[in-house]
Amino acid sequence: MEAVAEPGNLAGVRNIILVLSGKGGVGKSTISTELALALRHQGKKVGILDVDLCGPSIPHMLRAEGKAVHQCDQGWVPVFVDQEKTISLMSVGFLLENPDEAVVWRGPKKHALIKQFVSDVAWGELDYLVVDTPPGTSDEHMATVEALRPYRPLGALVVTTPQAVSVGDVRRELTFCRKTGLQIIGVIENMSGFACPHCAECTNVFSRGGGEELAQLAGVPFLVFCQVSAYFCLFTREGLVSVRMPQCT
Amino acid sequence: MEEAPHGCPGIDSAQAGRGASCQGCPNQRLCASGAGAAPDPAVEEIKEKMKTVKHRILVLSGKGGVGKSTFSAHLAHGLAEDGDTQVALLDIDICGPSIPKIMGLEGEQVHQSGSGWSPVYVEDNLGVMSVGFLLSSPDDAVIWRGPKKNGMIKQFLRDVDWGDVDYLIIDTPPGTSDEHLSVVQYLAAAHIDGAVILTTPQEVALQDVRKEISFCHKVKLPIIGVVENMSGFICPKCKKESQIFPPTTGGAEAMCQDLKIPLLGRVPLDPLIGKSCDKGQSFFVEAPDSPATAAYRSIIHRIQEFCSSHPSLKGTEPSATCS
Repeated sequence: MEAVAEPGNLAGVRNIILVLSGKGGVGKSTISTELALALRHQGKKVGILDVDLCGPSIPHMLRAEGKAVHQCDQGWVPVFVDQEKTISLMSVGFLLENPDEAVVWRGPKKHALIKQFVSDVAWGELDYLVVDTPPGTSDEHMATVEALRPYRPLGALVVTTPQAVSVGDVRRELTFCRKTGLQIIGVIENMSGFACPHCAECTNVFSRGGGEELAQLAGVPFLVFCQVSAYFCLFTREGLVSVRMPQCT
Repeated sequence: MEEAPHGCPGIDSAQAGRGASCQGCPNQRLCASGAGAAPDPAVEEIKEKMKTVKHRILVLSGKGGVGKSTFSAHLAHGLAEDGDTQVALLDIDICGPSIPKIMGLEGEQVHQSGSGWSPVYVEDNLGVMSVGFLLSSPDDAVIWRGPKKNGMIKQFLRDVDWGDVDYLIIDTPPGTSDEHLSVVQYLAAAHIDGAVILTTPQEVALQDVRKEISFCHKVKLPIIGVVENMSGFICPKCKKESQIFPPTTGGAEAMCQDLKIPLLGRVPLDPLIGKSCDKGQSFFVEAPDSPATAAYRSIIHRIQEFCSSHPSLKGTEPSATCS
């Protein structure tokens, strides 16, 4: 399973962004998907690399389940999720015969597949490659950072919810970024509040304050991600940076 | 076994020690001799250690952020409300150890004694162990590959002096990887009563949970049942219910019917749950009248019933405290 590095396969990728969190269930895959769709909305060509081997969520989010991965001379052809071929995706989800089958692998095998995903997928020309990761600071993360290092990723977006329990885990992820030389582009706070569809009252269902605290700790920009009506929006203190009308639920 | 090389075929594989990636690995000779495939002596040592533990419950989910640690903590709190029941809570989420914070034990350290590591006690009858207690700073990251995480889990099971315990609850990280394989393998001789599987109602979570259920079947781990968490939200202002994580494919109920697995219960999303966990307080004490508290208690009762109607098998001696 040794993959020989093919500089050609990532040579056409201009920007690589990792989406990380120490904590599970904060919305990494949702934000990776929304980020890709927002960039596509701006006319960019985007690829998504899903390195969550145990819980690959991106195919479902982009309604690309069941699609097959083809081979070409340069390796695997990523799956295009749209007719216009503006978003391509690679995920272990496409390699499973049965979607309910568990990928029960220990670290070394996960490491080997991630190396292949980086070097053996024919991404072609991309403005952005968004890399969605599982929670934690272990094999998948080390493999991904190691394999991407020669291609100099832009950095990482680190996702948290407002809860202190989430911040507790995500602080460790910030340390991981520092130790591995990964620049932190910003901290995104997700699930900041839920607006009741009946009376519009906004409740802090997962506590409050965590994202801002984390951004201050890391000395990086603080971004809030939320759904306002049907729009997905990313805010800084100065205001709205990105808005998108979702095409899928 | 120390760090395995990339492309390691696995110590149990027929190619162990013989594959191309084995060249240069310090364990190559061991694997090629077949000794790597011999059972780990720790399994028997752990079986001995577990003789004073009546019931072992694993809390699992394929999906992150569905409330495993919150549930594990409150299962422990709920069981320990009976002063005669001895409860132990083991956190094997090595990279993201949330249990110390949720149990109000942040900053505590582990002590060694002649009989092993001492758990940190919340109450006289509720002891906790987590890698969080071994880290000196809240910013310390545990950047370990699988083999090192497995070593830690082995130590937790073999070297912690739990004493006489009625329930050992094991909180796990999301996924189906090293931690999960290791805890099942190390407890192979000691027997796990069963797994409680957590999910939230939406399909993205259920997808991962089906994989976890498949994992349980693969390793022959009995499933006590599924808990659907964050199941509906009551607005504190208008009191109407809405779904934050809509069950577009029928939620846990449909999945459980499909896979013929018990649905132990549904816990609604009460914002006080998150706040209690952040403060390290039991939600049962903070909000005794919440529908979420009632839901948790009913689920805990069903788990107790499962444990008493499926008595632990070989390797258990009668405990001084009977539940």
